[in-house]
Amino acid sequence: MNERQDESLGIDVRTADFDPGREIEQLHRDHPECGAVASFIGLVRAHNQDGSVSRLFLQHYPGMTENAIREICEQAMARWPLLGLRVIHRVGELAVGERIVLVAVAGAHRGETFAACEMVMDFLKTRAPFWKCETTDQGRRWVEARDSDERAADRW
Amino acid sequence: MRLRVLYFGRYQDDLGRSEEELDCELAQLAQLRTLLAQRDQDWARVFGETNHRLLCAINQQLAKPQDPLADGDEVAFFPPVTGG
Repeated sequence: MNERQDESLGIDVRTADFDPGREIEQLHRDHPECGAVASFIGLVRAHNQDGSVSRLFLQHYPGMTENAIREICEQAMARWPLLGLRVIHRVGELAVGERIVLVAVAGAHRGETFAACEMVMDFLKTRAPFWKCETTDQGRRWVEARDSDERAADRW
Repeated sequence: MRLRVLYFGRYQDDLGRSEEELDCELAQLAQLRTLLAQRDQDWARVFGETNHRLLCAINQQLAKPQDPLADGDEVAFFPPVTGG
């Protein structure tokens, strides 16, 4: 892995919340030459198919999860001429409405930044070792992986 | 040989544990799967051939049934991921 790619990646798997505005500003400060910054935030939804969600528990595989995210980011950096990538994925107990994940991409133009942001999210949902467990009014339930997520990832 | 075996996601509930140390003599991942499937019905549901969605990792790298096992390896079993 070349050094430039290493400096351009900021990956965090942690329980603490993040400030999206601050993260995007930091990404821009780190890459002042960029012409575009694209971002995505994933949140804990109040409702799923079965009922209303009150809490979400995010489990992960310490070590493997960070490596998987790194590999996903490196794929994006290899595919497009990106300047920087920031991924924060929270784990542990989260309440409805809380932020789960941030993907932010800095590049020269909007084409590659939008595309990379979407690809990284599609791959995070299908290739990074996390498992969600929802608490609803019906009890605790491990979320099932969706075919639609696989199809989204297959597009890339 | 000794293996550290980890279970994630709903498998922790299905199997009643999140990890264990295993003393065994096994050459391949597929053999470990067969061994675990024999424990009881709950284990057979997770590790039996009918579970096509079972994912495995050896030392934190995704692994295939024919991949070799070595003393001290960390083996993880988990269902399809649901992050993001």
